[in-house]
Amino acid sequence: PTLHRVFEAEYRRFALKKSGTGGFQEFYRLLQTVHRIPSVEVLLGYADIYGDLLPINNDDNFYKALSSANPLLRIIIQKRDVDEPVVFATNSLQRRKKGLAGLRPAQQKTKPGLMIGHPQDFRQISSIIDVDILPETHRRVRLHKHGTHKPLGFYIRDGVSVRVTPQGVEKVPGVFISRLVRGGLAESTGLLGVNDEILEVNGIDVDSKSLDQVTDMMVANSHNLIVTVKPANQRNNVVLRGSKVSVGGNSSSGSIGSTISHDLAPSPASQSVSHYSNSNSVAEGDSDEDGDLIIESDILPYLPHHCVSNGNGSHREFPLSSSLGQRPLPQSIFLPSSGSLSDSKTSSSQESMREDGNIITM
Amino acid sequence: MKRFRRHGQESQRERIKQELYGFNKTVEHGFPHQPSALGFSPSLQLLAIGTRSGAIKLYGGPGVEFMGLHDENAAVTQVHFLPHQVELVTLLDDNSLHMWTLRAHHGVSELLEIGRFTLTGPPGAPPSVTRVTAVLAHSSGDLLLLGTEGGHVFIVKVPGFRELEERNISLEKVTNGVPEDYGGRRSLEHVESLQENPVNPRQVLIGYGRGLMVIWDLDSQSAVTHIPATQQLESVWWTEDGGHVLSSHSDGSYCRWKVAGDDPQSEQEKSEVPYGHFPCKAISKIIQLPTEQGPPFLFLSGGMPRASYGDRHCISVIHSKTHVALDFTSRIIDFFVIRDGPYHTGEPSALVVLVEEELVVIDLQTEGWPVIQTPYLVPLHCSAITCSHHVSAIPLKLWERVLSAGALQNTHYSKKPWPMTGGQNLAPDPPQRDLLLTGHEDGTVRFWDASGVCLYPMYKLSTAGVFLTDSDPNDNLNQGTEGEWPPFRKVGCFDPYSDDPRLGIQKIHLCKYSGYLTVAGTAGQILVLELNDEAAEQTVEATVADLLQGQEGFRWKGHTRLEVREEPVTFPPGFQPFALVQCQPPAVVTALTLHSEWKLVTFGTSHGFGLYDYQQKNNVLVRCTLNPSDQLAMEGPLSRVKSIKKSLRQSFRRIRRSRVSLRKHHVNNAAKLQQANARLEAELAEMELAPVQRKIEPRSPDDSFTGLVRTLYFADTFISDSSHNTPSLWAGTNGGSVFAYQLRLPPVERRGEDPVTAHPAKEIQLMHRAPVVGILVLDGHGSPLPEPLEVAHDLARSPDMQGSHSLLVISEEQFKVFTLPKVSAKMKLKLTAIDGSRVRRVGVAWFGSTRTDDYGESGLTVLTNQGDLHVVSLPGVKLQVQYPCIRREDVSGIASCVFTKHGQGFYLISPSEFERFSLSARCVVEPRSLVEVSSETPSTTLPRALPDGASVERR
Repeated sequence: PTLHRVFEAEYRRFALKKSGTGGFQEFYRLLQTVHRIPSVEVLLGYADIYGDLLPINNDDNFYKALSSANPLLRIIIQKRDVDEPVVFATNSLQRRKKGLAGLRPAQQKTKPGLMIGHPQDFRQISSIIDVDILPETHRRVRLHKHGTHKPLGFYIRDGVSVRVTPQGVEKVPGVFISRLVRGGLAESTGLLGVNDEILEVNGIDVDSKSLDQVTDMMVANSHNLIVTVKPANQRNNVVLRGSKVSVGGNSSSGSIGSTISHDLAPSPASQSVSHYSNSNSVAEGDSDEDGDLIIESDILPYLPHHCVSNGNGSHREFPLSSSLGQRPLPQSIFLPSSGSLSDSKTSSSQESMREDGNIITM
Repeated sequence: MKRFRRHGQESQRERIKQELYGFNKTVEHGFPHQPSALGFSPSLQLLAIGTRSGAIKLYGGPGVEFMGLHDENAAVTQVHFLPHQVELVTLLDDNSLHMWTLRAHHGVSELLEIGRFTLTGPPGAPPSVTRVTAVLAHSSGDLLLLGTEGGHVFIVKVPGFRELEERNISLEKVTNGVPEDYGGRRSLEHVESLQENPVNPRQVLIGYGRGLMVIWDLDSQSAVTHIPATQQLESVWWTEDGGHVLSSHSDGSYCRWKVAGDDPQSEQEKSEVPYGHFPCKAISKIIQLPTEQGPPFLFLSGGMPRASYGDRHCISVIHSKTHVALDFTSRIIDFFVIRDGPYHTGEPSALVVLVEEELVVIDLQTEGWPVIQTPYLVPLHCSAITCSHHVSAIPLKLWERVLSAGALQNTHYSKKPWPMTGGQNLAPDPPQRDLLLTGHEDGTVRFWDASGVCLYPMYKLSTAGVFLTDSDPNDNLNQGTEGEWPPFRKVGCFDPYSDDPRLGIQKIHLCKYSGYLTVAGTAGQILVLELNDEAAEQTVEATVADLLQGQEGFRWKGHTRLEVREEPVTFPPGFQPFALVQCQPPAVVTALTLHSEWKLVTFGTSHGFGLYDYQQKNNVLVRCTLNPSDQLAMEGPLSRVKSIKKSLRQSFRRIRRSRVSLRKHHVNNAAKLQQANARLEAELAEMELAPVQRKIEPRSPDDSFTGLVRTLYFADTFISDSSHNTPSLWAGTNGGSVFAYQLRLPPVERRGEDPVTAHPAKEIQLMHRAPVVGILVLDGHGSPLPEPLEVAHDLARSPDMQGSHSLLVISEEQFKVFTLPKVSAKMKLKLTAIDGSRVRRVGVAWFGSTRTDDYGESGLTVLTNQGDLHVVSLPGVKLQVQYPCIRREDVSGIASCVFTKHGQGFYLISPSEFERFSLSARCVVEPRSLVEVSSETPSTTLPRALPDGASVERR
């Protein structure tokens, strides 16, 4: 295959053996050699089959890029800007795209031309779902605990909620988020905040349920937790729609917020988002539940005599206690459809992506 | 069309559900918590107990019981039956009076509240004017005399509670007539006692707190006689002939006054301080009853020498030369005496004493005044209940053997029938014999007949004899030394103090077919016992099970193992231990199961589980389930949960102790206790202020106590291949793991020699990691496998071995069915994810239909941590019905729940009471009794009383 190249109006086209490619680092060095810019820090991107601009920054998305070459693969190389050091890392692809499209473009152009990463290429850690059916004051957040070692990382407490009823303002007991653990899943999504009121857990109303009940419900659903909250900061909710302001130091929520933000009225885009989530939840729920680890006798080490001699640390002998996180992810839906990659590699790459804590997609 | 058909099926299912399930709390067994008042109706032969929580309970002959609850959350301070009627009046702490009646409805009496009343004084009067301190239900049956703190006596017409103002006996009316020489103008104080003249109902005796007693004529509305006692008055008794009045006083003295004749000032005939010389405590109640020939019976409560025996709870009974101070283990609430004869005016036959923790009845007509065993109101909490186990449908043979073993233990009880005979028990005979076994803190197991309305004690097993404990078994408290004064005699069985908490029983399993019993305790001890009709002397050999299996770096910081007696021990007839396993570390046993057909016992602790062959007396298997990284368990064996429990228990002990010491050193410690209370309150307030937070994290394999074994199960099923069923052992842990072992049993003829072996067959790690609380194998028809030996005794259909079996794993969060032998998920029912409740207790029950005898379904009976009861169908694991049952705050009540095999259950509503409930529409045990106003003719009263009394004798 041949390749195109863009660098300060420089275009190059070259061929590469699909089988003989090394990893991302090797390819990166190759490009630096080809363009004779050995010491320049660059950012790589490629256009996938849908015309979306996607980053190349590790082995996996590099292989993904290669597999989507059909047969041409358009690679876009841009010098890493010192003033804007984390353009790619923050995953502001749409901004990147707009930068390419208009070279100092006008703001309003971004809205119609929004481009987001393809869901398959990223591992979801959270999402806002059902925006089309929920009141604007509520937010339904899904936290994906699959395969991560990161704690969910939040605490809940009892509190008093104020409801407006036809009879007037009524104070009722409610359950609220009391604390977010630094670096936890909940905090890193930026979708949940301290003092957010919890209204539902996995679609079940928690009204009139005790704190312990809500805790148990959340723990029981922790592998696929969907919480509907009434954010304490409703203003923030609205501001998020402007796509500029992000919550906390982590701008990941910005990208998500911006995705939603353009859908003041339910639009086909948001419909498809929620649809996607719903269908996903069904499949995921099943795989989640049947994820029990079963060891049949043929796997079990045969102990000739009675097991009084069954030495120390049964957990060490049997793989029972091995963390679920190391198992292949049950959601094949998140794996690249090409199937050319081995599961373990994918999951490890997803692991690394997750650990960056930066790459989040819808 | 399809929808329509489905709708039809659903409604049909609803109908079947109604025929199968129904929730009822049916009867309370045991002794009421915190009794505060006692009443007795000689004519109805009913006793009534009021409690501090406002409950009123009536008991007659065995099986005749009624319960009522006042709406007010106030203590019942007095209970009075209206003479010769079915009404009774209760006085509450809030000064309200309540009228109750027993109304017959469809042939069964019901206890109903029919009126309430609170005295209203003149406007502006202080509340003490109307604060009721004494109540007299007049023998006319329509008058109530109410003495008050202000010293007035109000007269009220009942049952309607109409005040007869013109007849009130005001303090002024009385004071004016008081002789000048009686202490001048000082107040007479409150009305302490009101008594009716036994021979002249128009005369009543008013006893004032200061000591003065006045005989008042209701017709002339004037004082007849003044009795000028000068000591603080405690109680008054008018002798039956009307000629004398006995008064008891706060200084421990009592006086006899002659009142016959028209002398307006009666003479003191005798004054005595029975335990005299040194200052004595008050005699709070005095009763004197005549006998046909010879001297009368005198009953005195209290009066002990303050310094040396002021802490004793005593009633002295004096008859002729016999003088006994009955020494109770808890505070005396009240007492009365039952008398023989058609009008209940004959010889005193029994003394009935209500103390804080039990009801004691003394037979006064048998030499030595033995105690009569109570058929109800039995103190379940003689020693604190630590666990319970229910066995349904006991074979007659075993039942009789347990009864006869129990009879040998009860030789010190009186042979006389239960003296309370009121009402007729109309409840049908229980369909089967059911046993409830309770394990106690002192290492005893008590066997109760739980077939009917009365929870009747059958037999008591003590396991302490196997071990060396600090207590001296020869230490007999009943033996008073000769010539001791006062002449104490210990009575009652309430003894909450355990010599060694390690003896506490934690798990019980009885095989009703073989009579084998296994009990396990706090210090990791597992005893296997068999029923022997003869006494036997034997040595119990101990086998140690090392559950850590070489796990390193673990140091047990808990209690030590119990020391076993090495010399032979004589065991009385009954259940005798023949094998003992001691877990190492000696942690509390958390799961226990017996398979009498295979002669195997399996047990588990927080460290692992073991399988013991009690025929060959060796361990077949020991498996460590401890997670090596379980830091909490590595640091020390006491789980946080356990230590909370422990600290709770300790604080209860402390409270109990402080209560006792409070009584002991009434004055000195009152201030100290107040301080302690204030401190506690401050602590509680602090706890309230600190916001309660709950962490939201999935369960992790590294959580503490994941290795704790929660459930153990034996099954003959297809564990390795689908063509051969083999014995198997299943264990479930707190961390959501299930371990399955295939067992190889030698043929019967080689059972004594060839070893039993166990091979690991399967392991399941539930993804949600919630504790596994139950494991069950369902046969080819989807029915639970029968109990061991059940089929051999032709009491159950053999399980279906043709169709494929399935495995039901019940975790705290969900019910999940797997296929066998290849374990794959088949279906499930989620509980926690849906409603936030978790399974606390689970049982398998058979629900018979109320419509036809031949239809029934198996189901799981489930109690959640929210206190709700559920029935889950088998094998489909569908939620059938749900009922709220226990308050979710009542953690100990929820933990104490035990289910029967027929859809009933028991749970503790207080340390001393079981509530019985039924989830089955067919199987309901509840009191049905009829009480009628006894006819005035002796010929009908007496014969009715006799058959009732005879029914005290049990099967």
